[in-house]
Amino acid sequence: MATVVERPPGSGRWPSLVPYVVLAVGTLPIAVLYAWLLYSSFFLRVEGFTPIGPFTLENWRFLWDPLSVPELRNRPPIIPLTINTFIFATVTSLVGVLISSMAGYAFSRLRFKGRRMMLGGVLLLHSFPSVTLLIALFVVLRTLGLYDKLAGVILVQTAFALPFGIWIMKGFFDNVPWDLEMSALVDGAGRLRTWWRIMLPLVKPGLLALTVLLFVEGWNQFLLPFVFMPSGSQQTLSTLVRGILGEGRFVDYGLLTAVGLYYIAPVLALFVFAQDQLMRIYAGGVKG
Amino acid sequence: MARTEAIALPRERQGAAWWRTNATALLFMGPAMVLVLVFFLAPVVITFVMSFTDLATSTGLSNWQWIGSANYERMFRSQFWFTILGNTLVYVAIVLAFNVVVGLGVALLSLHVEPKAGGVFRALWLLPRISPSVVYALMWTWAAASPPFGMLNYIVAPFGLEPRFWLQSDPWLIVILINGFVGASFGMLILTSAIKAIPEDLFRAARVDGANALQIVRRITLPLVKWPILFVLVYQTMSLFASYEYILLTTNGGPGLYGTETWSVWAFHTALANYYGNLDFAYGAAMSAILVLLGLGISIVLLRVFRFGQLVAEPRVEVD
Repeated sequence: MATVVERPPGSGRWPSLVPYVVLAVGTLPIAVLYAWLLYSSFFLRVEGFTPIGPFTLENWRFLWDPLSVPELRNRPPIIPLTINTFIFATVTSLVGVLISSMAGYAFSRLRFKGRRMMLGGVLLLHSFPSVTLLIALFVVLRTLGLYDKLAGVILVQTAFALPFGIWIMKGFFDNVPWDLEMSALVDGAGRLRTWWRIMLPLVKPGLLALTVLLFVEGWNQFLLPFVFMPSGSQQTLSTLVRGILGEGRFVDYGLLTAVGLYYIAPVLALFVFAQDQLMRIYAGGVKG
Repeated sequence: MARTEAIALPRERQGAAWWRTNATALLFMGPAMVLVLVFFLAPVVITFVMSFTDLATSTGLSNWQWIGSANYERMFRSQFWFTILGNTLVYVAIVLAFNVVVGLGVALLSLHVEPKAGGVFRALWLLPRISPSVVYALMWTWAAASPPFGMLNYIVAPFGLEPRFWLQSDPWLIVILINGFVGASFGMLILTSAIKAIPEDLFRAARVDGANALQIVRRITLPLVKWPILFVLVYQTMSLFASYEYILLTTNGGPGLYGTETWSVWAFHTALANYYGNLDFAYGAAMSAILVLLGLGISIVLLRVFRFGQLVAEPRVEVD
């Protein structure tokens, strides 16, 4: 896609540096926050931007010697929490993508009773703020016996991702020409087989982008585990960071930034590699 | 199966085909339908139904009773409801203005500069949205921290302002900044693609006529993206009314009694995390019911008036 607003050549235009300066100044707070996160964990103490004392890995000792960190003594150990977070993110994204691509395919290719109404429903839920449902979901999970269980939170997170995922996947299937699928169907392959063998490989870029996006959302998720998994063993990294952060006014920023950086690192890595896909899927699907 | 629709079949065979098509659709739609039913539709209904009961920790899930509209009466008799409504309106209005103005600004400027540089700036603005909320909140908590740690104190020092603990002294500033910087990316994304979709010829023609960049923005770009801007406004209004994650993670509704408590924080605190130990699910549900109603209403407006479907219908990533 060509940039539309070209830099205008010739006279009577903004001096070409002005937009850069305005953008840079406006973006500075974000840059500063992330820069601080990146280096603060490698010093015992950072005042403003000034590190006090030499470079150290002391803040990272929660990885090899967690018992020596007072803030962590009464908390579940970091490795199981990481595994929980990973399971949560992986399962929600894979199941979410699978279910979304099934329903997205149906919306794109099948004619069935109630299709219009259901599609309207998907769009309605797509913009509906699902966090308002947390109180009722508490009752639903309690009734189903899924309260305080990783499985329950996984189901809620997956369900919340569906309206967006279904809509995105429908868009990808809409873009695939009919011919290939037609010949498979004429050859006598069933719908399910056609979907799995012919269609899914054709929308691979979409599947990948949605998987990455849902993984990141699952990895980041805080409210659902916080509210629906209050007891220790199945918590995730977000509730750990929140736990240390919420302890009081005099927090150990060295430790917090180390744990925070440990937690955010996979997301930043994914963002660096899949930035264009993420940007486009966000822009097109209105996620937020 | 697709072909059977095109061929005229005897009546009973048509019935069979109808069943087969719908059964196939059910197979594909089934899992999604179950999850949406249990975790979206049921909770909407439960929110409203529950708001007319006295369900709380003290009653348990089995001993509750119908109490009519008592929760709603209690809510509007509460001595705090007006403060909280005021907080909510201030919060929504200011963050909304920040989000839309900054989002539009970043979109315009990042498209004006070199494409590569513009992409980098947009990526930076997207960072808060893809970061875990607790880590993003941690960064702002640090920025607002009391001396000698927080960044804000070093920034205001040259202007002669006293160092302070911002979360206590100026909680609204922090609440607005933390939500503003994460929310602006929404408008940025929507408006960037809206501006990109404007035909190149219009800009070329304007430049040939001697229009400068500001004139082009005012006379061509803005009028053409007025609907997307309105869409961002409406969408963000709704999400802001419902949102509470970042407030929860920074001021937690404080300082003091209800300093930065908004309607959704109030509902959350009442039903899911209060200090008294008796979680008042039904009372909290009554508070949420108002937000759910607002969310449904605005969602319907988005669906009908803004043709939400068409707005988000374009392909996301090229399919080879």
